[in-house]
Amino acid sequence: MAVGSLGSSTTRTKVAPWNDPVIRGWVFQIVVVGLVGLLAWFLVSNTIENLQRQKIASGFSYLHREAGFEIGDTMIAYSPASTYARAIFVGMLNTLKVAVIGIFLSTILGTMIGVGRLSPNWLLAKICECYVEMFRNVPLLLWLFLIYKLISEAFPGPRQAINVLNSFFLSNRGLYAPVPLADPTYHWMGIAFLIGVVATVFVKRWAKKRQDATGQPFPTIKTGIGLIVGLPVIVWLLGGAPHHMSWPHLKGFNFDGGIVIQPEFTALLIGLVLYTSAFVAEIVRSGILALHKGQSEAASALGLSRGQVMRLVLLPQAMRLIIPPMTSQYLNITKNSSLAIAIGYPDLVAAVNVTINQTGQAIENILIIMAAYLSVSLSISAFMNWYNKRIALRER
Amino acid sequence: MRKTTLAAAAGLTAILFSGTAMAGKDLDTIKARGNLICGVGQGTAGFMMADSQGKWVGLDVDVCRAVSAALFGDSEKVKYVPLSSQQRFTALQSGEVDMLSNNTTQTLTRDTALGLDFTAITYYDGQGFLVPKKLNVKSAKELNGATVCVAPGTTTELNLADYFRANKMTFKPVVIEKVDEVRAAFFSGRCDVYTNDSSSLYATRAANPPPPLKPEDFIVLPEIISKEPLAPAVRHGDNQFADIVRWSQYAMLEAEEYGITSKNVDEMLKSENPTIKRILGVTPGMGKALGVDEKWVYNIVKQVGNYGESFDRNVGSGSVLKIDRGLNKLWTKGGLQYAPPIR
Repeated sequence: MAVGSLGSSTTRTKVAPWNDPVIRGWVFQIVVVGLVGLLAWFLVSNTIENLQRQKIASGFSYLHREAGFEIGDTMIAYSPASTYARAIFVGMLNTLKVAVIGIFLSTILGTMIGVGRLSPNWLLAKICECYVEMFRNVPLLLWLFLIYKLISEAFPGPRQAINVLNSFFLSNRGLYAPVPLADPTYHWMGIAFLIGVVATVFVKRWAKKRQDATGQPFPTIKTGIGLIVGLPVIVWLLGGAPHHMSWPHLKGFNFDGGIVIQPEFTALLIGLVLYTSAFVAEIVRSGILALHKGQSEAASALGLSRGQVMRLVLLPQAMRLIIPPMTSQYLNITKNSSLAIAIGYPDLVAAVNVTINQTGQAIENILIIMAAYLSVSLSISAFMNWYNKRIALRER
Repeated sequence: MRKTTLAAAAGLTAILFSGTAMAGKDLDTIKARGNLICGVGQGTAGFMMADSQGKWVGLDVDVCRAVSAALFGDSEKVKYVPLSSQQRFTALQSGEVDMLSNNTTQTLTRDTALGLDFTAITYYDGQGFLVPKKLNVKSAKELNGATVCVAPGTTTELNLADYFRANKMTFKPVVIEKVDEVRAAFFSGRCDVYTNDSSSLYATRAANPPPPLKPEDFIVLPEIISKEPLAPAVRHGDNQFADIVRWSQYAMLEAEEYGITSKNVDEMLKSENPTIKRILGVTPGMGKALGVDEKWVYNIVKQVGNYGESFDRNVGSGSVLKIDRGLNKLWTKGGLQYAPPIR
């Protein structure tokens, strides 16, 4: 560049335009953009022409038509008379349900195993190592098949269900448990719970400020539990302590009443959690091992117990190394949940696949599914990036 | 607005469809390739299933073989592509397979919005329910509250929902993509009922119960809740190929009606009956009109057999399924199988 600009100021007329590097650069870039555009135009117009030639329906109007198929596991009201849009939404919620619970459980299990692998206890460390190697070296799909087979083959039919205290029933139809009948008090209890959570956050901030200023510790955890559990209980008592329950009971082919956790959901959740926590464990372990040995030695020298060293000194620092790769694992759980279709859990992919087949509109439906996964994944990334920034080392 | 969304959609998956545009007419492609790519199901005994030597056999497979015999004079120039109920239409639309012969029910939506053309009906079927005998259920009307195993993306899945709605009953579906897994879930007791076309139910009952379960432990309930005309399908856009598939099927029916079998077809060449002479190409003209060899019916019957032979061998009295011909008898015997004349 420097030579070019120097040349243009002195020997401007000597260079022919096809030898001028600036003009050449522009020409090449225009050609590349043009080729890409041409390719895109070809693909788009080719598809439209093919769709029209074969008279395949297109557009999104099918979303408002009646779906006509039943879904086995729904979080919101759904019947075959609902629309395709609602069927896809039901699938989306099912995906979110398994992803959120899966992320929560695999974080806890993975952290425990990752820390366990660093334990000076030989047996515990070896068990955790075996766990990691066993689960991360076999494809998730095989684990799902195995777990689903175990659940559907090992448990008895509903009429011979395993009966726990006459209220919990375990069979190959899932786990049936009693559930409280709807009562307005429960809404207020929910609000009380939220107030408890918010109050705990404020108490924690205040306690930290006080401890920083005066050095006096405050029993934040106990107060927090008191607020979060106590407030709803008080509301429950004020609301007349409603205690009517819907009990599961055998009726016809199956249980009626109560709530059910279906085997497909259970199998998918267990599979995802066991598989992902093996990766989480390695991430946690690497995060901790990356810290200088002096950190734990210094903390021990201060007289902190092993648990305190881990909780107060090592984990908070390791978190900065753990969060970025952890985000990938959380995204993986969400995306891997689409394997649900193999064992019959009605997730987003299952709902969309049925819709594709009944409407024949593959392109539109694939777009929906991509948009759905993309928005979930971007939300998780955005949240984790925000959290990562928050805990990042602040240089003062 | 619709245009733009479509354009965006098209851009993303255009690669799927780019093959067919460049390929030109389906029939030319098949002839140039030298074999027929036939989309079949994942394995239903009697209809389409790979035998112990890995050779595909069944009533639906025989349709592919007949088309191959008409096109190439050789019934074995077929490549079989097993497709799940969810993959099949996309596979046909995108040109991955030339035709489907996999127990697909002909419906209005599929014939129009999905861009398919159904040829002739291979098998008149209806949806039924398979239940374990020990449940003591005698009628589908007693199935309120049952858990039902069903394959996704089928008319079966929709009929099931319709039937329970119409009879004010509820059910829980268990929907798994692979048909083997659906059956496994049923036999393990995850579901009370397995629903499918009744032909498939008989096939499942005969071939699939894992030991120690026996076929006799299961019954097919008497109710037939739907019409399921099963027919091969081709893409919109190549009428000549659709004609060849359709008339290959009719040829098998005509052969049965006129008593031409794989065993006597050579003697039949000497027949004085003008209809038989026309069918077997002794009097030329039919093959030319269809755009295939004049001996097309001879090749089909010699190598594949007539419809009755195919039925008996695969699903009827000569098979383990022992399905009664019922609606699938020839029209001359009180059934619905009726081929327009080859003339």
